[in-house]
Parts: sequence; C-alpha cells; structure tokens
Amino acid sequence: MAVKVSMKVNGKAVSAEVEARTLLVTFIREQLRLTGTHVGCDTAQCGACTVQMNGKAVKSCSILAMQAEGADVMTIEGVAKADGTLHPMQAAFKEHHGLQCGFCTPGMVMSAIDLAKNHPGASEKEVREALDGNLCRCTGYHNIVKAIMAGSKAMASAK
Amino acid sequence: MTASLIGARVERKEDYRFLTGAGQYTDDIALPGQTHAAFVRSPHAHAKIKSIKKDKALKAPGVLAVYTGEDLAAGKVGGLPCGWLITGTDGQPMKEPPHPPLAQGKARYVGDHVAVVIAETQDAARDAAELVEVDYDVLPAVVDASKATQKGAPALHDIAPDNKCYTWAIGDQAAVDAAFAKAAHVTKLEFINNRLIPNAIEPRAANATYSRADDSYTLYVASQNPHVERLLMTAFVLGLPEHKVRVVAPDVGGGFGSKIYLYAEDVVVTWASRQLGRPVKWTAERSESFVSDAHGRDHHTVAELAMDKDGKFLAMRVHTTANVGAYLSTFASCVPTILYATLLAGQYATPAIFCEVTAVFTNTAPVDAYRGAGRPEATYVVERLVETAAREMKLDPAEIRRRNFIKTFPYQTPVALMYDTGDYEATLGAVMKMADVAGFPKRKEEAAKRGKLRGLGYATYIEACGIAPSNIAGALGARAGLFEAGEIRVHPTGSVTVFTGSHSHGQGHETTFAQVVADKLGMPIENVDIVHGDTSKVLFGMGTYGSRSIAVGGTAIVKALDKVIAKGKKIAAHLMEAAESDIEYDKGVFKVAGTDKQKLFGEVAFAAYVPHNYPLDKLEPGLNENAFYDPTNFTFPAGSYVCEVEIDPDTGVTKVERFSAVDDFGTIINPMIVEGQVHGGLTQGIGQAMTEGCHYDPESGQLVTGSFGDYCIPRADDVPSYQLDTRETPCTHNPLGVKGCGEAGAIGAPPAVMNAITDALGIKDLPMPATAETVWKAIRANRKAA
Repeated sequence: MAVKVSMKVNGKAVSAEVEARTLLVTFIREQLRLTGTHVGCDTAQCGACTVQMNGKAVKSCSILAMQAEGADVMTIEGVAKADGTLHPMQAAFKEHHGLQCGFCTPGMVMSAIDLAKNHPGASEKEVREALDGNLCRCTGYHNIVKAIMAGSKAMASAK
Repeated sequence: MTASLIGARVERKEDYRFLTGAGQYTDDIALPGQTHAAFVRSPHAHAKIKSIKKDKALKAPGVLAVYTGEDLAAGKVGGLPCGWLITGTDGQPMKEPPHPPLAQGKARYVGDHVAVVIAETQDAARDAAELVEVDYDVLPAVVDASKATQKGAPALHDIAPDNKCYTWAIGDQAAVDAAFAKAAHVTKLEFINNRLIPNAIEPRAANATYSRADDSYTLYVASQNPHVERLLMTAFVLGLPEHKVRVVAPDVGGGFGSKIYLYAEDVVVTWASRQLGRPVKWTAERSESFVSDAHGRDHHTVAELAMDKDGKFLAMRVHTTANVGAYLSTFASCVPTILYATLLAGQYATPAIFCEVTAVFTNTAPVDAYRGAGRPEATYVVERLVETAAREMKLDPAEIRRRNFIKTFPYQTPVALMYDTGDYEATLGAVMKMADVAGFPKRKEEAAKRGKLRGLGYATYIEACGIAPSNIAGALGARAGLFEAGEIRVHPTGSVTVFTGSHSHGQGHETTFAQVVADKLGMPIENVDIVHGDTSKVLFGMGTYGSRSIAVGGTAIVKALDKVIAKGKKIAAHLMEAAESDIEYDKGVFKVAGTDKQKLFGEVAFAAYVPHNYPLDKLEPGLNENAFYDPTNFTFPAGSYVCEVEIDPDTGVTKVERFSAVDDFGTIINPMIVEGQVHGGLTQGIGQAMTEGCHYDPESGQLVTGSFGDYCIPRADDVPSYQLDTRETPCTHNPLGVKGCGEAGAIGAPPAVMNAITDALGIKDLPMPATAETVWKAIRANRKAA
C-alpha cells in the first residue's frame, strides 16, 4: 500500500509516495538521496541512522516514514552552516580525531548534539553511558568521548 | 622553511566529508536502472539440497531473476580460490575443497549461499527470497574443530573425510623435546582462543554494472584491496580479462580484515549484472554479516614452556587445532600457520620452539584474518604462559620477562623471522612507570577495603607487519606477490595527486600519506591529494591488511618521490645552467651547491609541462613517476601493556580501571592518527577478552550470537580512557623507518586483560570472554574448592 508522506527535512518541505512499510531511514536515503544517514544494523542497536526529529535524537531505522508525518527532521547534511562552517560538535570531532572510517560518525554527531543540549556539562562517565546506543568499531570511543566533552563546552559557550 | 610534517598532529583531510554526510560508501551509490539482490541462505548447518523451486519467487512482483548454483555452473562461474598454499608435514598440499559462490548439492553452514533473487527494489528481492522453496535433507553437523577430527564426525567435503585441511609444523622438535627433558620447571596451559565476528559498522556491500558498449564491468565493493579482488575474481572465478573489470572500493566503513576477501556475493552480483544488463546491488543486513562475514581466531591450543631454575626459557612446545570453517576463505590457510607460529618467540630469546597446527573444516562460517590475524593468537599463547610461569616460579612477572628479553639485534628467532630492531626494556620500563605499577599494592589494598578484587596483568607483544618480502612469502606458499605500488603525478602548477595501492577504511591514509609527500616536496598539505581504491585510477595495489600501509605503501610513494626529485634535479640543472651533480634538493627547493641560485619545486614542475626552456633532446617532458616496492623484511612493531582490573565478587562484574600501553612503531608520521589506531585496537582486544564470543549451538550448528544483542562488541562504557606513549627504534630497512600500528592493540590487550583478571581472582586460567557470568562462576568455583 502506498501512502503519501510530507515532512520538513533540513529545513526543506518534502513529500513523496512511499510503501506504508517504508522506514524513515529508507525514505531519507532512497527517496531524498541524503546518504549521510547510515544503516549499520537491523536491530536498532548501532545508532548509525540517528537523526533529529522535532529536536530529539531518534534512530531512523526504528520508525516508519509515516510516523514522521509533519515532523521537522534534521539529518547530518543539515548540521553544518549553509556556508559549510562546521557545527561546534562536528569541529570537535575533527579536532579530537573522534572518527576513523566515518560510518558511525553521522549518528554519533547527532546523538552527541542531543546529549550536549540536554545534559550540558556531562561527566566522562555520563557521556560513556549516554553513548550506549551508538556503536563504533574503530575509535575505541576514547576520542569520541573527548570530542563530545569539548563539543559540549563549545556549544555552551556559543549560546 | 616550513616545520616538518613528519610527526605532526595534522587534522585529517578526510574528516570534513565524513562529518557532513558527504562520504560515499558502496550502499550510497545508486546507478541508473539499479536492481537489488537478496540471497537465500541455508537455515541448516549441514544439509543436502534436494531441490530448489524458483517458480513462486519468479512470479512475485518486481522479480527479475532467480539464480542457483546450477545456473552459475552452467555460466562457467568457478569457485572462490584460496590465496595461500600450505604444504603439510606429510609433504602433501592442503585439502582445497570446491568453494562455489552458490551452493552446489550441499549447504555447509548456517548462512551458506543457496540462491539469489534479483528484483526492482530491495524489499521485493527480500520478500521473494522467502518464496524460493528449497528442499533440504538435514545432515548431522559439527562446529567444534576438536570434535570434527574425531571418528564418526560428519564429513563436510569428500576430499577431506577426516575434516582435516592440513597438519603443518615449524621448528626443531628434537631440540625442543631435549630441552623439556632437562627443564627445571614446565608451565602448561590449555585454552581456546575464542572465535570472533569482526563487525565493521558498515555492512559488506557490492554493486556491479555491465556495459555492453565496451563489454566491461564495474564493481563497487566494500573492500580493503580492490586490485586483489579484481585479480581473484577475473582470473580465477569469472574467467574475464582483467582490463575489462574495474573494481572501486569507495569509502569503506571499517574492515579489520573482514573486507580483504573475495566473497560469493561480489562474484554473483558481477556475473548477474551481465545476465540482466542492469546494475545489481547487494547490501548485507547485519544478521547476514554475522553469519557470512569471515570470522576470526578460533584456536584450541595446548602450550608448554620449559625453563631452567632461574626462569630462563629453554623451549616452547605448542599444539593448535585451528577451525577454518566450512570452506577456505581467501587467506584462511596462512593465518594459523605463517602468521601465527612464526610469532611464538615473542620478545624472548627462547632458543627452541616447536609448533604443530591442524586446520579443520567445520559447519561454521569461514574463518580468516581478523585484526592481528594469527599474531594475537600467538601473543596470547606466549604471554599467558610467561605470566603463569612467573606465578608458578614465584618470580615478578616483569622480572621474568626482563631475564628473557632479546637484547641484541638483528635477532634470528627459531621460527623463521629475523627481527631487525627493538628495545623491549625501554617499552616495559616506560609502561611500568606510566601504569604506576609501584602504587598497585596500595590500590589493591584500598579496593579490598571496598570488597573489590583488584588485579594487574602485563603483556608484551611483537608482530610481523609490512607483509611481506614476496620471495619469502612465495616460498611459504603465497600465491601472489605482496609488494605495493605508488604513483606521484605532479601537475603543471605544482600541486600533486598521489595514487596508492593501499586502501584506507578508517586509517587516515589521505592525511598520513599526504604528510609524507608534502613534507618531502615542501608544499602545503592542501596541495596534495591521495587517491586510492579504484583499479582504473591506481596502477596496481595489494591493499591494506597486516598493518602494511605505511611500511609498504608509504615506501612505494617515497620511491616514486625519489624519482620525481631525481628528474627535477635534471630540469633544475638545465634551468640554472649548472651541472646536475651540483644540484642539492631539500623540501621543495633545488639549489646549486655553494651558490644562492635556486629553483622552487613549482617552477621545475611548470618547466616540465611547459618545456619552452627544457633539455628536450635529453629528457622527456612531464613529471609523473611510478614505483613498486617489495620489502626486504617484515617490520617488527612491539610494545608493553599493563592492564588493571577491578572485580565485584558478588556479581562478577569486571571493570578495566586502567590500561597503559607503550608501543614502538618506529618513526611516527601522525601521532594523533596512531593513537586512534591503538585506541581502537585495544578496544577490540578488550572486547575479545571480556565481551565478545561467537557461539554456535553444538547440536544444530545455529549461530546463537547472531545480533548486536547477543554478540557484544564493546560499548563506550565497557572500556576506559587509555594512557598511551611510544618509544621509537626506527625500522632499519625502509626509508621512513616506519613499522605499522594498526593491529598492535588487538594483539597485546587480550593477554594483558586475562593476566589481570586471573591475578585478581588468584586462579590459573579463565576462558575468554571473561564476562561477568564467567568471572562470577569462577569465583564461586574457587570458593567451593577452598
């Protein structure tokens, strides 16, 4: 069964006819061709597909496109400024070598921004616990944790 | 003069695209007319395939084709080859059973490829895969290598009725036996080196397209070595001319060994793209990765160390049964032999070593190289033995190591390798200081007051990287060369594109290699781009594995740079009307010795492409050089690790409280990137020791740990922040002095962790992974025994 879905993605209104079972991540990747959002598992555990929906980090592989009807979605492609300047969290990942192969990175950044917004000043232990939903196989998390702590600080001081 | 870029913490050139979602991984590529493949996989570990009915699937909406092993055989598609021939102790070549891309007659592990459905959409292909009716006759299965060689065990392949692929040995058995006979003490351990599932976060993917216009194929594939993939696929499987196949490994989301190999899926989509005249894409679901990516490790080992009364090592004797899975994967045969037994000297001057390995087929996914590949297994043997020996002989574990360290170089081990350089005292001393070993008794006491058990464990490691001198590898059974290729293409305006046969899938080659080139040419790093991963752009390549990229690929680039500079000197000599022998070169400046005359690299490059004032009678225009580099020896990274754990005896929950690592990687180009490699390696090593264990049901052969919910790769709160440092003894036989750093952490961490846990518990051994349950049970068993 095809359904029509409409939402705002990275500030732009989009709509399309999709199969009712289409996941939000499939809609983003296949329909909109925004391929920065990745799929790393089929069990909602790796977090590579994390996007922001109405300001909250969600795993786009575990909701249907239909459930995002009317929502305001931001993907990794919408995080940097229009002129290409990196968001403070992205810049912190770069500065602290918080990424290697880059595959988990978009999901990490989306989760990290959410964490920084909702728990500014989180301790290292809290950051590690909060990252339970995002798997990385390259970095051993050491530099991701450093990046998130630094990125949070930068976001707080940018306010 | 700019500061040297060698040793500089340069931020990565590749990061911007990854951070903004602009990376291009295989699944991100959608080609015009794209179709999608879904594989029908065996739900049984061992079964005869009586029949396959395609009709229902073919009638499903959007389905374009269904292919089985018969169709591939009819299309003259061959089996997947093994790249390394091991000759057994009986003088016979290893057993190489056929490895068809789609099963023929029999399925041999859960996840084995039985058929493929190709459809207009991914959903349609997956839905229709459910409609392919396969009639199986289920056979008894065996998943444990030790059981597979017992009488009456089900045989997987006709050519190996005892399931043995080979029995192979290295070392002087008589000398070892004689040393054991006169030993004052023998330490013996028997353990399993647990099977691991690599789990790069990007699942494997392949997307192939065929062009009728020139009868050529392009395969986009998540691969660590596109040229090797092309060579194996064209020459051995599809019988295509190599120049008609382009293999592109675009951005690849982690490999850890699992993306070295030629896989069935890659072959099938490439073949099918021509049958259908349309591009065919397959991307693994994570559950498919679990069942069908090549796994790692899975050794059953009995190891003994003989010592004199002072704890001096006299000899080591090792017997290993290695599970290679149901078929021989691309490099499966060399991992538990050449890459394992040759490392059993570790950092120690053990005079005699003998190791015998039996490789066994079982009804499990093929096993091949996974981060470290044989070297973690060897290091685990050596370092668990050494630590246990120290405890048994009441020697300090650091002291027993010091007494046995190799101290002079070059050093010829009794297991084939010749270490060129190292300083094992230096790394051990440094790590002990960094880990504050002196303060450990106090911390242990303090932990005891809180009711916690605290333990400290060491590990030293050696690895053989920079694989390999081709002639030595060839003598040992390698069916390919192991050199690397590089090209420096200087553009008329002085910027440079570098082509390398190494592949980066997280290692940061685009930055590290650019640092090497920019430093040598005295130009900003922004003026240097590194191109890798495309057989139509890069002249050739053997790819990335075994921590070889900088040592072999980097050296090929340096060799090409030397040629560029040599030609540049000729051009500069002409421009400055000087003798070529008077031209000196340093970081982008050609000078006439003893004068103030100079030409910048950019001026020379421009002259090469706009040769108005140029020695055209003697010299070709242009500035573009290639080099192939075949190393003269392996490189030998080494290091010392100290792990400190704390255990809650009520729950068995174990925390790595401190982990200190001091590595010797030779010269370091970018310390930031090197530290990242070590962090990742350590985490995978801690994963092996504490959280990761692949488990097949022994009766049904079903993969029990088939998702991230059942197979626990470390999460952020499973590991600590690490303390790292390095010592440098530059490699003596490559111009950069580099050794490689990608696998070290995964090699040294497991024994360090297990030495710490057994120290905390006061027990001899514990199986990996030491999960809370395993630790809790050991504590209970210990209490009962007491």
